[in-house]
Amino acid sequence: MSQATPAIHVSGLRKRFHTVQALGGVSLDIQQGEFFGLLGPNGAGKTTLISILAGLIRADSGEAAILGHDVVRDYRQTRRALGVVPQELVYDPFFNVRETLRIQSGYFGLRHNDGWIDEIMHHLDLTQHADKGTQSLSGGMKRRLLVAQALVHKPPVIVLDEPTAGVDVDLRRSLWEFISRLNREGHTILLTTHYLEEAEALCSRIAMLKSGRIVACDTTRNLLQLTNEHCAQLRLDAEAVPANWRTRLLRDADGCWRFNFGNYVELESLLADLRGAGISVREMRLQEPDLEDVFTDIMKRT
Amino acid sequence: MSGFPALFYKELLRFWKVAVQTVVAPVVTALLYLLIFSHVLEAHVEVYPGVSYTSFLVPGLVMMSMLQNAFSNSSSSLIQSKMQGNIVFVLLPPLSYLEFFLAYLGAAVIRGLVVGLGVWAVTLWFAPWQMPHLGWLLAYALLACAIMGAVGIVAGIWAEKYDQLAAFQNFLILPLTFLSGVFYSIHSLPPFWQAVSHANPVFYLIDGFRHAFVGQSDTDPWLGLLVAGACFVAISALTLALLKSGYKLRH
Repeated sequence: MSQATPAIHVSGLRKRFHTVQALGGVSLDIQQGEFFGLLGPNGAGKTTLISILAGLIRADSGEAAILGHDVVRDYRQTRRALGVVPQELVYDPFFNVRETLRIQSGYFGLRHNDGWIDEIMHHLDLTQHADKGTQSLSGGMKRRLLVAQALVHKPPVIVLDEPTAGVDVDLRRSLWEFISRLNREGHTILLTTHYLEEAEALCSRIAMLKSGRIVACDTTRNLLQLTNEHCAQLRLDAEAVPANWRTRLLRDADGCWRFNFGNYVELESLLADLRGAGISVREMRLQEPDLEDVFTDIMKRT
Repeated sequence: MSGFPALFYKELLRFWKVAVQTVVAPVVTALLYLLIFSHVLEAHVEVYPGVSYTSFLVPGLVMMSMLQNAFSNSSSSLIQSKMQGNIVFVLLPPLSYLEFFLAYLGAAVIRGLVVGLGVWAVTLWFAPWQMPHLGWLLAYALLACAIMGAVGIVAGIWAEKYDQLAAFQNFLILPLTFLSGVFYSIHSLPPFWQAVSHANPVFYLIDGFRHAFVGQSDTDPWLGLLVAGACFVAISALTLALLKSGYKLRH
């Protein structure tokens, strides 16, 4: 497999459910080894896209390939290459944790996989629950089991569909440590999440989906520079500000002034004018734009 | 390596873990039928000359239990997985539609045979032991369980809710198995209902299976085997076509 073969390749992907267009021509390449984020509001088509990659849904038109293999024609290769953590908290109540993982390994044709099963159970803190029935696991534990099931066959490409929805802080942290480690070891990660700070911290590249179309796709760093909405909060020793700034400065309930600006030159000239008017700044806080601002901005604009 | 053995094993383990419900309960039900009907009818009915009513009834009950349980195994496993959502565990791995079919079918056949053996074992106390014709017995038992296992796969895939599957079971499977000569010979029926019975494939399964035990039957067991074989081929072709198309499983 050449380095240039993308881990995930989709082009012109369309899917319609009755009258609803879930995907309206999505094209996207995710390179091997990337930690890629797929963001978008509910109903944007994230899960549809993932389900097409996983072979759970068939696209109306377009191509989808994993490591160069078509997901329909070469489904054996693509399903072997893909580990999917589904969004729904599903489990099979007939089996315990170890049985679930052994059976799941078996589906991939792996017979003697206990060494790796023990390792994933260890990393996901499932070892002490190995003999528990899945029905008696807490929500967080069920989520860990789903992650473990997706990893039994050591897939080079791992897809996580909102894996931290309703999960406590500890699990979220340990889950991300484990997934980041897998990414460092060369696994490609595709993540969808509603927690934008997670995506910002973890993903090197992000695509934003809205109504079945990609409305932004870039490195996280470039996306963060799209919105230059900075905000300064100022506490002044005066009750009024110079007349030419009155429309730009907003007074908070606690007496602070908020100043939204796109360029630091603006902040500099405000400070100069304040100094000229004999007003001094007692306190100043700067807020940098985060992914949430960018996301909200892009969703509004498109 | 194929994923088939794991799916087959999982399907076996699934019913075996709840064997009280999936094996013991149907055996008890069949035993109750036997107690009631043989008590009421033993002295009054002789369907075939020289064959006691109980000896006549036992093969029918064994076959009925096999049919119902083979159907039950694949259909309830699939509907439960669909309702729970854990069907994705078998849809995500590289299992082919043929492997999927064979695993669910194989487990349904095993469940049917296990229940059939159980029913036969408990009825040995009530009817005199007679060595059945093993060839006919195995041919009919396997075909019957396989047909119903496949019908169960179709029903399990088609049904979207438990009550749809219950309707399938109560309005189709149950009448077909009850009205097929388990408790009576169709020769005792008026001509119209005899003709109707001949259109019911389950009738041939029960009639042929009984032939293996009592050596007498309403129709030629070879004809029955032909009907059963044709049914199995037809239902398998349908099931495989549905699975290949992804009907209601891969949207």
